[in-house]
Amino acid sequence: MAARRIRVLIGKPGLDGHDRGARVVAMALRDAGMEVVYSGLRASVAQLASAAEQEDVDVIGLSVLSGAHLSACRRLIEELRRRGIEIPLVLGGVIPKEDHEELRRLGVAAIFGPESPLEEIVRTVSGLGFNGGSDR
Amino acid sequence: MKRERPEADGETFATRSGLPLEPCYGPESVRSPPPPPGAFPFTRGIHPTMYRGKPWTMRQYAGFGTPAETNERFRYLLAQGQTGLSLALDLPTQLGLDSDDPEAEGEVGKVGVAIDSLDDMEAVFEGIPLGQVSTSMTINATASILLAMYEAAATRQGVPPERIAGTVQNDLLKEFGARGAWIFPIDPSMRLAVDVIEDCVGRLPRFNPISVASHYRDAGASPAEELAYTLAAGTTYVRACLDRGIPVDRFAPRLSFFFYTYTNFFEEVAKYRAGRRLWATLMRDRFGAKEPQSLAMRIACVCGGHSLTRAEPLGNVARTTLETLAVACAGVQSVFTAAHDEAFAIPTELSARTALRVQQIVAQETEVAKVADPLGGSYFVEALTDAMEDRGREILDELEARGGMVECLRSGLVQQRIARGAYEQQRAIESGAQPLVGVNYPPGLPPAGARGEEPDGIATQRLSRTAAMEKAKALARLRRGRDAGRVELSLFRLADEARGTQNLMAPIREAVLAYATVGEIARTLRQVFGIYQPPTAF
Repeated sequence: MAARRIRVLIGKPGLDGHDRGARVVAMALRDAGMEVVYSGLRASVAQLASAAEQEDVDVIGLSVLSGAHLSACRRLIEELRRRGIEIPLVLGGVIPKEDHEELRRLGVAAIFGPESPLEEIVRTVSGLGFNGGSDR
Repeated sequence: MKRERPEADGETFATRSGLPLEPCYGPESVRSPPPPPGAFPFTRGIHPTMYRGKPWTMRQYAGFGTPAETNERFRYLLAQGQTGLSLALDLPTQLGLDSDDPEAEGEVGKVGVAIDSLDDMEAVFEGIPLGQVSTSMTINATASILLAMYEAAATRQGVPPERIAGTVQNDLLKEFGARGAWIFPIDPSMRLAVDVIEDCVGRLPRFNPISVASHYRDAGASPAEELAYTLAAGTTYVRACLDRGIPVDRFAPRLSFFFYTYTNFFEEVAKYRAGRRLWATLMRDRFGAKEPQSLAMRIACVCGGHSLTRAEPLGNVARTTLETLAVACAGVQSVFTAAHDEAFAIPTELSARTALRVQQIVAQETEVAKVADPLGGSYFVEALTDAMEDRGREILDELEARGGMVECLRSGLVQQRIARGAYEQQRAIESGAQPLVGVNYPPGLPPAGARGEEPDGIATQRLSRTAAMEKAKALARLRRGRDAGRVELSLFRLADEARGTQNLMAPIREAVLAYATVGEIARTLRQVFGIYQPPTAF
């Protein structure tokens, strides 16, 4: 049986409209053979959780450049937990080093910055997606 | 003789827009020398003596947290010799949400200052004479509201509307195409943009009611695409103003532009020179403008943006210096030089000052401000200007053939091309095809993330965690203290006129003076206009 393709939700929570990074990462993951859904701008936490559930994704990638990353991740993780969904969450954007520890503690599996190579992002997401997929 | 680095077979040299580069240029490379600065089509600049007569305005984008914090940063920058103000607003303000709106959670005061009401606008400019200093506001979907607040704040300082000077960006097309800070659908957005233009032309003669902006570039467009998309948007606003019945020579002199500048020095100089030539020709030939000020393209620009790296950030000072020199050679009117820590957070006092110093060094310590169009006549620069003009016109014609800029935004064509460009650029950086010093050059450099964690000399500006709470308290105070009946009546009138075709600036001013908030005014308009639904394909 052919392996199920890894499914990823790229989410752009909050009010920030700069989605260059989100789109570039989405294209890289798609070129690497994954199925990618992009939420579009200003996705609410509830919309993201519903999309993750309905699309049955293996990994969620959030893109935040506005400084709202802590509250976005915290609220999404709470929402997923409330719905009883366990999906690995990765984060990309302008994320100050000082916040990494708190983000990890919240449960963010990986944090990428402006110069993280696409290859590294693809490798990490694919690793997380593979593990997530094997549980199902 | 041994060549140091033989050219590889088939190796080609080109600019970022894909314009071919010759090993050397000569007189045969140039079509014809352009007329002097100040003369049509303004290739060499819009004034005969350029910066001798009018230095460029040094206008650093600033604003964060509460109005009081931003006022302090403004005073600091003015004390350091900055010559104009540029107000950065937080995302809730840009999107018409009050600071205590649940949707604004986590965003209040983050990428700019939070403005909810006239009170806040007054606080931002407290002690800053608005009759003497000009202010640019990067505000689009809520430009009409913020402009009304600025005018009212100036009036309270005793400065009459006809004396205030500045710019509201007020360019919604690039929000749909690249920047994403839209609220209303395209048609009512265009109506509001033209309302602001019409109102300024009649009442605020020193204010630029629009700055047609090139955020397409920072989202992934090439310089030639950036130029073409921005000019295409410009012509869309011109048509909309003509449709409104405003004579071209009445509004065209007040139109202004905003562009991004990266380190591709010569191509950037050529882009601005070609842009002025294209715009002057379009305005004269397509729209029948006659006044020289209608034909002369006035340009503000940012040096930095996506060209700046997070790895080895001190190198960004060199990058912004090159960029600032490029725009000075290109003869622009207003410059924002970004801080070298832009990829980390909003600037600290030190990095903001250093960025301003870059401009002052370029202006004071080189000859660039003493001679108009110093690169004019260079075979290379003239040939590249010609090539950029041709490429720009090609893309403009293509957009036109596909139904114009609005149609190309509705279909998502522009957005998809830009995203594709961004992806290709990223791959070129990762493959090393496009060298980026400190990131992929010198070859063999380990990835930035693997080189030890925090880079040299960066102390990021921390934002106070109490701004949102302070703003929520201020809003509660405001709502208790104002005349609720007057607020309600003004919003009712606004909704009523929004359903018609009247210019909405008068009812918006009335609501602002009644101390209605940005969120209340925007909500009123949202209820009438609805919300834009973007294409999500990538």
